[in-house]
Amino acid sequence: MNKQKIMLAHGNGGLLMQRLINRLFISNFGNKILNRLDDSAVLSLNNKGKKIAFTTDSFVVNPIFFGGGDIGKLAVCGTVNDLSMMGARPLFLSAGVIIEEGFEIKQLEEIVGSMRRTLKEAGVEIVCGDTKVVNKGACDKIFINTAGIGIIDEGVDIHSARARAKDSIIVSGPVAEHGIAILSQREGLTFKTKLKSDCAPLNSLVADMLKFSKSIHVLRDPTRGGLATALNEIAAHSNVGIEISEKDVPVRASVKGACEILGLDPLYLACEGRLVAFVAQDKAKSVLGAMRNNKYAKNATIIGQAVSRHKKEVYLDTLTGSNRILDVPVADQMPRIC
Amino acid sequence: MKYVDEFRNSAIAKKLVHKINRLSKTIKQDIALMEVCGTHTVAMFRHGIRNILPKKIRIISGPGCPVCVTSQQDVDKAIAIAGSKDTTITTFGDMIKVPGTQSSLAQARAEGNDIRVVYSVLDALDIARKNPKRKVVHLAIGFETTVPTVAAALKRAKRLKYRNFFILCAHKIIPPALKVLLNSPRCKINGLILPGHVSTIIGARPYQFIARKFKIPGVIAGFEAIDILQAIVMLLEQIWMEKPRIDIQYTRCVHSEGNVTAQRMLTEVFKVSDVNWRGLGLIKKSGLALRNKFTDFDVQKQFSFKLPKIKKTPCRCGDVLQGIIVPVQCPLFRKSCTPSMPIGPCMVSSEGACAAYYRYHGGKK
Repeated sequence: MNKQKIMLAHGNGGLLMQRLINRLFISNFGNKILNRLDDSAVLSLNNKGKKIAFTTDSFVVNPIFFGGGDIGKLAVCGTVNDLSMMGARPLFLSAGVIIEEGFEIKQLEEIVGSMRRTLKEAGVEIVCGDTKVVNKGACDKIFINTAGIGIIDEGVDIHSARARAKDSIIVSGPVAEHGIAILSQREGLTFKTKLKSDCAPLNSLVADMLKFSKSIHVLRDPTRGGLATALNEIAAHSNVGIEISEKDVPVRASVKGACEILGLDPLYLACEGRLVAFVAQDKAKSVLGAMRNNKYAKNATIIGQAVSRHKKEVYLDTLTGSNRILDVPVADQMPRIC
Repeated sequence: MKYVDEFRNSAIAKKLVHKINRLSKTIKQDIALMEVCGTHTVAMFRHGIRNILPKKIRIISGPGCPVCVTSQQDVDKAIAIAGSKDTTITTFGDMIKVPGTQSSLAQARAEGNDIRVVYSVLDALDIARKNPKRKVVHLAIGFETTVPTVAAALKRAKRLKYRNFFILCAHKIIPPALKVLLNSPRCKINGLILPGHVSTIIGARPYQFIARKFKIPGVIAGFEAIDILQAIVMLLEQIWMEKPRIDIQYTRCVHSEGNVTAQRMLTEVFKVSDVNWRGLGLIKKSGLALRNKFTDFDVQKQFSFKLPKIKKTPCRCGDVLQGIIVPVQCPLFRKSCTPSMPIGPCMVSSEGACAAYYRYHGGKK
């Protein structure tokens, strides 16, 4: 009998989690669709034309209310964005809510109100759901699961294995804001900032970009593990090298300051309303232009390119004129001790 | 001034690198510089400083990562205490992953013990206040930088008559460890990049023996790219002139006398004691213990517990911490010892030399 126990590190997006997914889930459930490990599964109901994107995500964020959003907004955006990253138009969501006994109804109303506003903005509907209440202590306040489906139009083929050498890499705005917003309000961290989470539904932005659908190879929302983790996944899935420039990666001054105080690297902190796009070099400027006209990507910028050398590895040109590898994190970053 | 961007200016960085190249040509011998502090280790890799320095200059990582030097026995004690009835252990993030003799605090937590990560000892005090029926034991690690806050927490606990708050004291101080290091015949260091945060508290005076007795220059440095490059220039200038002294590069935070209020607080609560450093062994007068008037908060006086017999591992963290080998020379590195399955603490702590070498692949493309 295996006496090992699940540790938090098995769920943080790092190496231990990758191993758990591969050794347990993929080995038991593996199939052609799942094995691609993209943000959404892509289903062909017949052999031609439109496809369906299908995804699910569970939200267990602490704190449940934070600057710029709450667990409800996050639950809608997370699934809308996972569908959008496959170039799909999100249409329908499901919502499963697990609530701890004793949770204030007023807070639940606030969360549901926030979900309603986000659904309206994204133009999607929740069409089925489930509610469970569990004994006090059996969950932490409230957990939400959402699943969603969307339509991928004919001719759209965007997934994480499609990056090619010389592709330009665009990021839609400053990174790490969700990560810092959450950290600054987590119990125990006496660190106050006015910084808001970037949490936002990105389907309208992706719709604007899809005018160039043939030139867009990969879309990814750098959530858990941040920009560095997303780029590493793309480099591995597409078998390309990646080079980005530290001076071009947008990071707001307040985020930079917070990261320096806490000893964190913003490239590894989560975004919930940003995307990274790999775009054919000759169309990069036009795609960038289209992005900057959308309210969620006003500060979009090109940060680097895919290359044919050092395959599956991501390098950062530092401000000192040197470079360093950007590796996959093994564990969550911890604020420094001294 | 934003105090971040100015110190990452690439034009200034290039000028400093040029100066380093010029100075290193005027110095005949190879130069080994030790960065004492773990934050410097990481900053050097993060800014790619190691691979823009001339080959002549070798950078060695020192013993200044508080997680790395916490002894196996202190981890064992925390795990044993965690098993006591109605007890909560609090400590800083990386500490919970450090292997003790049989397990780690993270494993003990997965087995159902109440072990919590806090960002400050004051949060541990708050947990004690909110849970009067639980005993809250803070595994207090760290150097002079962290000690004053722990002292402040203990003074508050005493004033407010907390009965359920305790400290497992594993604090250490830097200068005695440096003395042991420099006394070792195996140690060949030409200059020291001294820790910025520790020095904010203790100032420059406690390091004077380095220049006077060992004739080695030292520069107290900040943590941005420009800080570190400038500190290297200052060290090379001293080596070239053969006039070793202790300089402060990090003048925006460090004064030669340090933070006197913090020092007073430290000596009010703690006294100097002998302590075990992982990898370095027992170093006289290099640790801190609670003074008699604070013994009510000393978990070792209030709890009794059984400890497993210490097992030796083939881990060479000790040699890494003394700059005798670089992590890649340890036979376990990247093989049985990785950040997801660490054997030694230098692989656990994000500021440990082994973890930094692992993460940045030694800094080479």
